[in-house]
Amino acid sequence: MIQFQYVKPSKPKAAIDTVAKDQSAVFIAGGTNLVDLMKRGVMNPEKLVDINKLPLRKIERENGNVRIGALALNGAVAEDKLVLEKHPLLAQALNAGASAQLRNMATVGGNMMQRVRCPYFYDTAMPCNKREPGTGCGALEGYNRMHAIFGHSDKCIAVNPSDMNVALVALDAVVLVSGPKGDRKIPFAEFHRLPGDTPQIHTNLQQGELIMAVDVPENPYTKNVNYLKVRDRNSYAFALVSVAAALDLDGSTIKSARLAMGGVAHKPWRLNEAEQFLAGKPATEATFRQAAQLAMRGAKAFEHNKFKLTLGPNTIVQALKNASGVA
Amino acid sequence: MSSDKFPEKKLPEEENGPQHSDARRTFLKQSSLLTALALAPSAAIKAAELKFEEKVAAVFEQVKVTLGINGKKHKLSIEPRATLLDLLREQMHLTGTKKGCDYGQCGACTVHVDGQRVLSCLTLAAMVDGKEVTTIEGLANGDKLHPMQEAFIKHDGFQCGYCTPGQIMSAVACVREGHADSDEEIREYMSGNICRCGAYPNIVNAIKEVKNGGQRV
Repeated sequence: MIQFQYVKPSKPKAAIDTVAKDQSAVFIAGGTNLVDLMKRGVMNPEKLVDINKLPLRKIERENGNVRIGALALNGAVAEDKLVLEKHPLLAQALNAGASAQLRNMATVGGNMMQRVRCPYFYDTAMPCNKREPGTGCGALEGYNRMHAIFGHSDKCIAVNPSDMNVALVALDAVVLVSGPKGDRKIPFAEFHRLPGDTPQIHTNLQQGELIMAVDVPENPYTKNVNYLKVRDRNSYAFALVSVAAALDLDGSTIKSARLAMGGVAHKPWRLNEAEQFLAGKPATEATFRQAAQLAMRGAKAFEHNKFKLTLGPNTIVQALKNASGVA
Repeated sequence: MSSDKFPEKKLPEEENGPQHSDARRTFLKQSSLLTALALAPSAAIKAAELKFEEKVAAVFEQVKVTLGINGKKHKLSIEPRATLLDLLREQMHLTGTKKGCDYGQCGACTVHVDGQRVLSCLTLAAMVDGKEVTTIEGLANGDKLHPMQEAFIKHDGFQCGYCTPGQIMSAVACVREGHADSDEEIREYMSGNICRCGAYPNIVNAIKEVKNGGQRV
């Protein structure tokens, strides 16, 4: 790890100004991803701005939303009474991520900012357009078992590794951001990016912008929800495919649905078409299967991840069955 | 007969051990000093070319921290890039906490910070300022082992022992958090601690015994 300067401001403005002014400065919260990347030389910031003194840890009701502070710990959010009552899907997704130790360190804002886990991004001896634009994508013709089937480009086929993000995009969360030019709100679906020609740009945040909180709006998805994560071992592994499913049921009829996938794209992948299809239909396996087929339209796999074309729809069907209680 | 084959050898004097490992650590420290110089940011090197004293100040900028370790308060001066794991092992000589992968994938470095289990390898020591750290060395009460340590011995919860300090710190937290109600729950909440010897069934049994024994952990 290279040497760096370490500062710990106590006001958001001071933190924002420091990073806004200095291209080589970054925020650090839990550090579970950043410290890892710095040890490997993938990220080499010359200044770390520790934001842990900022008052951003609260989880509270705010105008019908549940407002989760950017520094709330993943473990604390997953066990928070308000979150469990209003947004159990988010709690399930958080508990499916990482380990108990990491959830005690990782913050909500940091989870949103975590980088891809593509081995070509992590290995500084390999080509990677995200780490070093113009060097090529090692995964495209390489070992691409964990990689994307939606929204990829010939510049990058890595996936967003977060579980939390999948639940938050399904629940129409909104990101509250503060920056050198003031405050703004970013719909969760527009926070992360597809790689396109600029995979080195990770999110739509501007230099110096700081995540302050995430708002999860009131919704009817308090009961029939399921976050289903399929991985190489039963716990403590990144998703091959994951599905966040939320249903509002009237008897056995689906009033409305929310559906998103993880492990399949460079951003948490919302399945709008499948959601619209499910509305008004009976909650049966046949309906779920049709929705899953719709969801998979446009999927394109690579040499080693073709199994995701089958695993994907099967996981959608199973998550919907789990959520609805249909055997 | 066995005494012929395996003559009772006197173990080396207690004080020899630390001396040996200290020599090794000194060497490691010196070599990492050179690495530090090699990896210093270019800005610091540029500043250094102007004035030698500034070089030392800039390259080895120190952060002052005050933290509790196993109940004792320490005022320390550390490099910002030092992890809590390296601080504990290299500076405090508390080598019970193990460096396994050093990338947050194995759990061998698990310690408690303000009562919560965390990975010390991904924790910058500068960020623990003002907090209380508990390591495996701080678990026993004098000569009396912690119930979880007793249970790991009783149930053979280890073979090589390298992951054990992390397993035990994690296990104590697992019971305190209330996540030890079934085998399944224990396995899920202990999944951040990898054991290459595969002592998992015995680890689960040890945790269950402590949980069901109702002792204060």
